[in-house]
Amino acid sequence: MPNLHIGDAVSAIVTWLQENVAGVFDAIAAITQWLLDVVLVALTGPPPLVIVVIAALLALWARGIGFAVFTVLGLLVVESMQLWTETMETLAIVLVASVIAVVIGIPTGIWAARSKRASVVVRPVLDFMQTLPVFVYLIPAVFLFGIGVVPAVVATFIFAIPPGVRLTELGLRQVDPEMVEASVAFGATPWQLLRQVQLPLAVPSIMAGLNQVIMMALSMVVIAGMVGAGGLGAVVVQGISRLDIAVGFEGGLAVVFLAIFLDRLTSAFPRPRRRAVAVADEAPEAVAVQAVPRVA
Amino acid sequence: MHPVLTQVGTTTSFLSPPIDKAISMATMIEARGLTKRYEPAGNERRRFRRRSETTETTGTLAVDGVDFDVEEGELFVIMGLSGSGKSTLLRMLNRLVDPTSGSLHIAGQDMLAMDDAQLRTTRNSTINMVFQHFALFPHRTVLENAAYGLQVRGIPEAERVERAQDALETVGLGRWGHVRPQELSGGMRQRVGLARALATDAQILLMDEPFSALDPLIRRDMQSLLLSLQEKVRKTVVFVTHDLNEAMRLGQRIMVMRDGRVIQLASGAEILSTPADDYVANFVSDVDRSRVVTVEHVMRPPLITARGDEHPQAVLDRMANVEGGGVYVVDERDRIIGVATDKHLADGIALHQERIDSLVCDDFTTIEIGSRLIEVMPLVGRHSVPLAVTDHDGRLIGVIPRAALLNTLADNGRSLNA
Repeated sequence: MPNLHIGDAVSAIVTWLQENVAGVFDAIAAITQWLLDVVLVALTGPPPLVIVVIAALLALWARGIGFAVFTVLGLLVVESMQLWTETMETLAIVLVASVIAVVIGIPTGIWAARSKRASVVVRPVLDFMQTLPVFVYLIPAVFLFGIGVVPAVVATFIFAIPPGVRLTELGLRQVDPEMVEASVAFGATPWQLLRQVQLPLAVPSIMAGLNQVIMMALSMVVIAGMVGAGGLGAVVVQGISRLDIAVGFEGGLAVVFLAIFLDRLTSAFPRPRRRAVAVADEAPEAVAVQAVPRVA
Repeated sequence: MHPVLTQVGTTTSFLSPPIDKAISMATMIEARGLTKRYEPAGNERRRFRRRSETTETTGTLAVDGVDFDVEEGELFVIMGLSGSGKSTLLRMLNRLVDPTSGSLHIAGQDMLAMDDAQLRTTRNSTINMVFQHFALFPHRTVLENAAYGLQVRGIPEAERVERAQDALETVGLGRWGHVRPQELSGGMRQRVGLARALATDAQILLMDEPFSALDPLIRRDMQSLLLSLQEKVRKTVVFVTHDLNEAMRLGQRIMVMRDGRVIQLASGAEILSTPADDYVANFVSDVDRSRVVTVEHVMRPPLITARGDEHPQAVLDRMANVEGGGVYVVDERDRIIGVATDKHLADGIALHQERIDSLVCDDFTTIEIGSRLIEVMPLVGRHSVPLAVTDHDGRLIGVIPRAALLNTLADNGRSLNA
C-alpha cells in the first residue's frame, strides 16, 4: 500500500493559507468580531431586567403565558447565579454563528434543491462538516483566526450549518409537484415560483432547520470555551479543570436554560399563523364551514 | 411572424369530422404529429456512446403522433384510461411537457418556437390550466389564489383584487374570498381553481380531469357549472377525462385515446352509434345512452296526420288502418292544432260535424328536437297518441312511440342510425 500523507497535505495547506491569504482571514475575523461586539452590547448594555422583560414578551408572543413565566424564572436564576454576562456572551456567539449559518445555509439549500448536480456536491461536504470531530477543525481555525471568540464562532458555524442546508433543500423538494406545475402553468418565472410558492410552502421545514442550527450551535459552547471564547463555556471548562462541582453545575444549568428557551422559541414558528383577513368586510357566517385542521 | 400560413392548408385531416368545415371559426389549437417519448431511467449515459442508434429505438412513447384541431369556443374532450397519454398530451399544449417531435400552434403562434419569456407570456394570458387535485396554494386566501395569474402578470393589487373577485362571483364564491382553500369542500375548491383560470381572461382553458376527485353529485354540479359558464364566456376548453359519461355530457367532440394514439375523434352520438373499434365499443356499452342520444335518433314520421278541415268520417276511416286511439291534427304549416281521438271523432259523426277542428283536444305532449332521451322518458306513454317531436317553430316532424324508445335503450348500439 502506498503511504499517503493526507494529513501533511492539509497541514501544508493551512500553513500556506496562513502565510499567503492572511488578509482574508483577518477581514473575516474583524467582521465576525464586530458582529459579536454589536450583539453583545445590545444584550449586556441594558440592565438585565430590561432583557428579561423583552425575552418574556417574546416568549408570550411565541407560545403563551406558561413559557413566559418559565423564561422570567430561568433568567432570574441565571442572574442570581452571577452568570448573566457569561450567558449573554454565549447567546451572542450562538446568535452570530446561527445568523451566518442561515444567511449562507438557506441559499445553499435553495441551490441544492434546484440543481441535482449542486445537491450531489453539497451533500458529502455537509456530511464532512457534521461528522468530522470538532477539535479537528477547531485547531486549524485557531491557527487561521488566532485564539479567542472568532475561531469559536467559525467552528460553531461549520458545525451548525448542515441542518439549515439540508432542511431547506428537503422543504423545497417536498413541495407538491402539482403546486409547482400550477405556478409554472400560470407563467411564473423561476424567481416568482420560488418566492410565491416554493419558499412559503417550505417555511415549516426551513424553520425546523433554523431550530436545529441554533441547537447545534448551542451544543458547541463548552468546546468554544476551550479556545478562549469566554461565556458559559469558559465557566464549565473552569469547573472541569479545577474539579469545582459547584461552578461546573451552575454553568451547565445556565446552558440548559438557554437551550430550552431557544428551542421552544424557535420551534413555535413552524406553526402557521393566520394572516390578516384579506376581505375584512365579508359576512362572518361565510366561515361557517368547519375549519379543517391545517396541515403544517 | 411565424410560418403559420403553410400549416393552414393541411388543417382538415381525415380525423376531423365534417363539422369543421361547416363552422368557419378560427382554429385555436392545431396539433400535428405531437409525440412524447420518455427515455427509460439510466439510459442517459448509454446515449452518449450510441446516440444515433438508441434515440429511435428505446424509450416509451407516451403520446404517439397525435393530430387534432380545436376551434375557438369549442369544448373539446380528450378521453382515455390512465396511461393512455391524455394528461401528457394536455401538458404538451402549454409545454409543461416538451414534445419530442411534432408541431403545435396556439392561436396561430408556433408554440414550439417560443423562448422562455414568450412561453411565460402565452401561459399567463392565453392558455390557463385547471388541475385534478385543484393545486390551490394553501398559504394564500381564496381571493389571492384566484388573483395568482394576475399577480404573476404584475397587475396592480387593486385591479387584481377586483378582477379576482369578479371571477369568484362567476363561479358562485363571491363571499368566500377571505378564507383559506383548505377550509372549503372539494367542489368549492375546484371552483376556486376555475376562478383562478377565468380571472386572467385567457382564451384557452386546459382542464386535467378537474372533476374526477369529486363525488358524483358534486361532479354533476360542476359539469353543469362548466356548461353554463361556456354559454356565458365561451372559452376554448380542452377537457381531459377518463369518464365517458362526463365526456359525452360535456364534449362537442371527443377524442378517444389509447396507448398514446387517437382511436376515434367524433361527436358523442357518433361514437355511440359507430364506435371505431372493439375498445371504444366496450367503453360505450357502459354509457347511459339516454343521456347522450337525442330524439332525432328515435323518432319516426307519424303514420297519419289530419287537417282541421277534414271530415270526421274520412279521418276515422284512415285511422282504422293503424293501431292507436288518436291522430295529430295540424294546420297547413304542420303546426299541431291538437289531437283527435277515435271517441271524439265518433261523437262528431253522430252530431253531424263537418270538420274535425272543433273536435280536437289537447291530450298530447310535445318535445323539441335536440332533446335527450332522458327528458323523453317520463313523457312517453301517457296519452292515446305517441309523443310528438316538434322543431323550434312548433311544427310536427316526428313521433316517438313507447316501443321505439324502449327498443333504443335496450339496444347495444348496433342499429341507432339504421
